[in-house]
Amino acid sequence: MDQLLQHLVNTLIMGGTYALLGIGLTLIFGIMRIVNFTHGELYTFGAYMMYFFATILGMNFFVSIAFAIAAGMVLGALIEFTLLRNKRGADIDTTMLLMIGAWIIFQNVEQLTWGGIAKSIPSPLPEQPLTLGPVSLSWLRAMVLVVALALIAATYVVINRTKLGKAMRATFQDSNTAALMGVNINAIYTTTFGLGSALAAAAGALLGPVFVVTPTMGDLASLKAFAIVILGGLGNISGAAIGGFILAFAEEIGAGYISSGYRDAMGFVIIIIVLLFKPTGLFARTERVG
Amino acid sequence: MKRYLPIIALLFFASVPLWLHDKYYLHTLVVAGIFMLAAMSLNLLLGYTGQLSLGHVAFFGIGAYTSALTSLGFSLSIFGYQITHEPWPPFIGVILGTAVAGLCGYLIGKLAFRVRGAYFVIVTVSFAEVVRLVALNWVELTNGPLALPGIPPLTLGFEWTGYMTFLSKAQNYYLVLAFIAFAYVVIKRLVYSPYGRAMIALRENETLAVSVGISVTRYLVLAAVFSGALAGLAGTLYAHYIQIIDPMIFMFLNTVTMVIMVITGGKGTLAGPVVGGLIFGIAPVILRNYVGPEVQWILYGVLMILIVYVLPDGIVPAIERWFNRPPTPAEKNGSSLALQTGKGRA
Amino acid sequence: MINPQTKLSAPILTVEHVAVHFGGLVAISDMNFEVHEGELVSLIGPNGAGKTTAFNVITGFQKPTQGNVTFRGTSLNGLKPHEVTRLGLVRTFQRTSVFEKISVFENVLIGLHRRTAASLFGTLLSLPKERSAEEALREQAWEILRLVGIEHEADELGGSLPYGDQRLLGVALALAASPRALLLDEPVSGMNASETARFVELLNKLRSKGTTIVLVEHDMPMVMGISDRIVVLNYGRIIANGTPSVIQNDPEVIKAYLGGGIKHA
Repeated sequence: MDQLLQHLVNTLIMGGTYALLGIGLTLIFGIMRIVNFTHGELYTFGAYMMYFFATILGMNFFVSIAFAIAAGMVLGALIEFTLLRNKRGADIDTTMLLMIGAWIIFQNVEQLTWGGIAKSIPSPLPEQPLTLGPVSLSWLRAMVLVVALALIAATYVVINRTKLGKAMRATFQDSNTAALMGVNINAIYTTTFGLGSALAAAAGALLGPVFVVTPTMGDLASLKAFAIVILGGLGNISGAAIGGFILAFAEEIGAGYISSGYRDAMGFVIIIIVLLFKPTGLFARTERVG
Repeated sequence: MKRYLPIIALLFFASVPLWLHDKYYLHTLVVAGIFMLAAMSLNLLLGYTGQLSLGHVAFFGIGAYTSALTSLGFSLSIFGYQITHEPWPPFIGVILGTAVAGLCGYLIGKLAFRVRGAYFVIVTVSFAEVVRLVALNWVELTNGPLALPGIPPLTLGFEWTGYMTFLSKAQNYYLVLAFIAFAYVVIKRLVYSPYGRAMIALRENETLAVSVGISVTRYLVLAAVFSGALAGLAGTLYAHYIQIIDPMIFMFLNTVTMVIMVITGGKGTLAGPVVGGLIFGIAPVILRNYVGPEVQWILYGVLMILIVYVLPDGIVPAIERWFNRPPTPAEKNGSSLALQTGKGRA
Repeated sequence: MINPQTKLSAPILTVEHVAVHFGGLVAISDMNFEVHEGELVSLIGPNGAGKTTAFNVITGFQKPTQGNVTFRGTSLNGLKPHEVTRLGLVRTFQRTSVFEKISVFENVLIGLHRRTAASLFGTLLSLPKERSAEEALREQAWEILRLVGIEHEADELGGSLPYGDQRLLGVALALAASPRALLLDEPVSGMNASETARFVELLNKLRSKGTTIVLVEHDMPMVMGISDRIVVLNYGRIIANGTPSVIQNDPEVIKAYLGGGIKHA
């Protein structure tokens, strides 16, 4: 029982960052229909930016997180602006090939810039763990969960309560009509990609200090993000948030009770099972056919 | 002329070991040929049915591991049962590896073609990752990250013909060349048959194809079986040539290499993956003199983006268009001159 | 124009109690009609009356909410579109439906898919039997192109044909699939008068070969001139079913749809 509680706490912490990754991708993949293989690279980028600001420049830990997120947003917007803007309406394979190309470039640029050796980011938070009854967790991990939840809430507010969010939702529903209503479609797409990328970078910036930072850390992140998006249903933000926690739970249980080697396999097993039995995701409403 | 081009190319490549004696270059060509074979198999799915399989390396790796384990033997216990396999001759491994990969193509086809487009891509990627993790973690069977060393080279022959072991670079070169020619003929006959027409019809307009009686599942699965089996064949050749394999064989970058070969050469053309395979098989040899592997990959990425923007159909269709293009003004003058003289004679 | 055999033959296609609901929207409610062997039946009605949905249900592209379609004694319930085609019930589509990037000749070869005799094994070995089967297939493709009258465009790309000829190619594709009954969805919409005349000629040729035809069409003069029987749909419901002269004088049809001008057609 205590062990299960500990697993649940771990689930919450990983789940928060997975939810960030998933929400970021569901905006881009679910709504722009871009199979975004750079998503994991943005996650890596966020982690390296965190390393750069916090460890190399020695800036304040929390300011560094904010800067890393901002850097991710700028890079994401740049990707959309340079690579995808001219390919609006192209088929899904075309944009996917562009994203694979960009992914290879980013990963190797990171390898060249930072080298292959893993970087660790020291955190200013207290070392000794926070003990709550039978479970214990580090202050760092608790901070990760709090910040992740805050960012999820902020995203939810932006999408559902602001004028920008309204324009985004209108564009996703029907871009032609939105354009007629005076929405600047290009700006919306760039913003969406930037916002999605910022969330991926946030996940990287938060997990970077927990683990270590390597150029290939994002490879699995892209695929896990796809798993979360599929689980939650395309373009469904709350679905992605819940999907993030489900994936984290499946991984925690898989690693805890089957074999730690198969931790990363859980996401793919989820993808395969969900797509085969409920391709619209777990939380999708049934849509009208035809 | 165009009809004989494949034969001329085959003769040219057959002559290569006669004048190229550098072992490293031959080795490069053998590996390039193996990946070319894998790219040709990918083209069957990506080019002719329009389904992008980004887990293609799974078939390649499954072929490699099956053939390696068949010829090395293994011993493992499942649910208390002890299973021991004594080593078999490598050529049986090649056949089994091809068959098992084809079977995986069948299963993946049956399951994955219920979803299309982006979802199909993600299912195939996931499949490859699961297979990689199994290869990494099922240590009893695969030796995990410690690799399977000492895979015997391929030996062919009968008692009455004597045996030939494919050890040298030149021998393996001819072996791979023969299989490429074989695969080329198989793919050509398939795509120019009613079977291939059905695949192309599904790619171009699925609703219309279905309305004339073409079964989606049947032909997509058929393509997946052939595609998987040929990729598996390439994997078996790789295992017996390199003689050591580890789970790194399932790297996503290997799939990316195949995809780049196909789209650069021209998807949906017979010659496309051959041309793409040559370019990206040889490019690393030239590039390594100037740049490190990271820069090389960056160049690949840049090239991929450029291809999508500049030559979306790939090199081969571009060359075909160049030859079939309407005559330029200068040539037009020439031809009208010929017409005039013709008239004059009449 | 009434085919004298019509009354004698048994129904080849039966639509019984078919209904289609999209969420709360009723596209078709309780539709019942029969088509007899060799007959030409037109399905008419205002836009949104449910004609194309009826076609989709009959050919397996749309699952009915309830009801049953029977073709030559076989229930089509749960069959996939390609299986319906295999039974000999072949359709065309409302919008131009040709393989645009493939030559006209290859288009028809694809349409001939059902008549392919080649085995996979023989194909890979390029056996003489498969090569002669391919030869025979090409001969049949020429026949169909000549029947439809676009053989001079065999080498053009499907998408590069003039609009009227694309419609003809669409019909050629359907004909290649060996239909016993042909369902044509607005075949002459967008055609000019001479193209329409040519198309009517083709339909008459097909009828003389005994092909059953179901037509969805807005071109009233053509429908009245060519049909054995007309089924009129309005708001997903059949409001009339009879010969052109009966339909022309049916007060409900005139009220709901035709408006009276039709008598002059």
